[in-house]
Amino acid sequence: MWIQMENKLTKNLYLFPYLLWIALFVIAPILLVLYYSFFDIEGNLSLINYQKFFTPVYLKMTFSSFWYAFLITAISLLIAYPTAYLLTKTKHKQLWLLLIIVPSWINLLLKAYAFIGIFGTYGAANSFLNLMGIGSQQILFTDFSFIFVSVYIFIPFMILPIFNSLNELNPTLLDAANDLGASKWTTFRRVIFPLTIDGVKSGCQVVFIPALSLFMLTRLIAGNRVITLGTSIEQHFLVTQDWGMGSTIAVFLIIIMVVIMVVTNTRKRGV
Amino acid sequence: MNSTIIQFTQVTKQYDNDPPVLNDVSFKIERGKFYTLLGPSGCGKTTILRLIAGFTEASKGEVLFNGKKINHVPANKRQVNTVFQDYALFPHLNVYENVAFGLRIKKMKNAEVDRKVKEALSFVNLKGYETREIREMSGGQRQRVAIARAIVNEPEVILLDEPLSALDLKLRTEMQYELRELQRRLGITFIFVTHDQEEALAMSDEIFVINKGKIQQSGTPIDIYDEPINRFVADFIGESNIVTGRMIEDYKVEFVGKEFECVDQGLNPNEPVDIVIRPEDLEITALERGKLQVRVDSQLFRGVHYEICGYDKDGNEWLVHSTKKATVGDEIGLYFDSEAIHVMRHGETEEEFDRRLEAYSDVDTNGK
Repeated sequence: MWIQMENKLTKNLYLFPYLLWIALFVIAPILLVLYYSFFDIEGNLSLINYQKFFTPVYLKMTFSSFWYAFLITAISLLIAYPTAYLLTKTKHKQLWLLLIIVPSWINLLLKAYAFIGIFGTYGAANSFLNLMGIGSQQILFTDFSFIFVSVYIFIPFMILPIFNSLNELNPTLLDAANDLGASKWTTFRRVIFPLTIDGVKSGCQVVFIPALSLFMLTRLIAGNRVITLGTSIEQHFLVTQDWGMGSTIAVFLIIIMVVIMVVTNTRKRGV
Repeated sequence: MNSTIIQFTQVTKQYDNDPPVLNDVSFKIERGKFYTLLGPSGCGKTTILRLIAGFTEASKGEVLFNGKKINHVPANKRQVNTVFQDYALFPHLNVYENVAFGLRIKKMKNAEVDRKVKEALSFVNLKGYETREIREMSGGQRQRVAIARAIVNEPEVILLDEPLSALDLKLRTEMQYELRELQRRLGITFIFVTHDQEEALAMSDEIFVINKGKIQQSGTPIDIYDEPINRFVADFIGESNIVTGRMIEDYKVEFVGKEFECVDQGLNPNEPVDIVIRPEDLEITALERGKLQVRVDSQLFRGVHYEICGYDKDGNEWLVHSTKKATVGDEIGLYFDSEAIHVMRHGETEEEFDRRLEAYSDVDTNGK
């Protein structure tokens, strides 16, 4: 009896840091954000922020956030799936995988600044274009550069889960499909893809959700030409000092993220 | 219609510079029979199966199917279906869709698919399991789904790659009967790969005993059991006592320092040979009446019989299967008929062996 109680006590003790963390860094901030969202810029309690969110300015911003996040996710997936597939076929697949993952360890800001150098008017990309006889182009501060750099940053997070699910795939299943008359493409469509869909889903989650609230890249690479919900939150807190509106956008962002997670998180099937 | 459905002509399979997995193998498979490829692991039996299925290509030689060369025909265009060792059922599809997989690829009409899938499932006694998920099925049931998935496509040949190895003993014996029965009902060719000699003897019309990338011997289970061609086959198929000996003249052989009458002939006088005597052909008798005298070293009760192990005075080990009990430490006599002695020539090929056996039967018929 006494030992059981003791066990329970230690279990609770181990749980304590986790609960403290959740309370301080997850629940408290969300409550705070929710609380601030009910105050207008003068500090009066009101629902004006929520009204404002449904005006064309913010709806357009929401739409553009979604659009860019979608583009980034789709392009990442298009590149990552074949890459992950090729990786599983290589001899030293773990090494190749590591090489792809290593850049994700470097700080995001550093990578962004590196791209400013590369894409700038006198950068490596333009010198190359000059050499080819095409001449200098405005690369930095365009949609192209924004999406390119975002995809570059997110792609390892897309490759990893897809690689894992492809790697776990039993190769005899491919023989079996082939044996039953399936061509390479049919095998992919009917066996490989459905069996790796979980990897694709978690890859899309890991890319789409952070891409929704990207804000640093929008300024550094896209030169504020791309305004997403993330940029807007930052502007409201730091520039216009309208914490209420910033919080309201954050509340919507949180709701959107939860919805996406619920939609993409179907149960994993046992084998 | 030609009875040969598959033919291998001098087929060699070699990866890079490794020794060949299959070395110059030729054989014919006839329509509607149950074949077993039997051998230890790594002997090349699964490679033969993969060559027939089209998962791998021969380095040299020809693979013929219905008289046509199919070396470069991809697996999805071949008239064969495989039951895999781990069943390879699709985990994202239920039982019905697993079986329907091949039919759906052929773009068959839904009604037709439905009829065929139900028929195949009732063939393997899985009626009513259509909507089950694969993970809800037991090992034996998965096995049946895999078989249904293969037969539903109505192939001319079904390849089975050690399909029973993952089942427990009782279920395995049950499935042996079922597979054999299924093959009879379908009337199509089964090629079954196993390393279990009892399984091979019980199920097959024909057995190919394979070792080190070569077919050592082919024939009916009885032929192979009674007349093993060499030490490997004798040892691999069933338990056996193998000693070296010398053929004195026709019908006379010498081993363990004694002369015995036998039924073999056509060998060179004084030719060195290997002698095989099956443990169940040895009979325990009184010391003085026995053709051999051995001291009992150990005895195991096997249920159906006692397995007695003894040594003669030259130190040769003799294994006896007997319903009679012996006493460990006693000296006993062992009696056997002259038919029980199987003489094996050194390095004899299968053709030479067959020719020699045919010569005996000629003599027999002439004598009558």
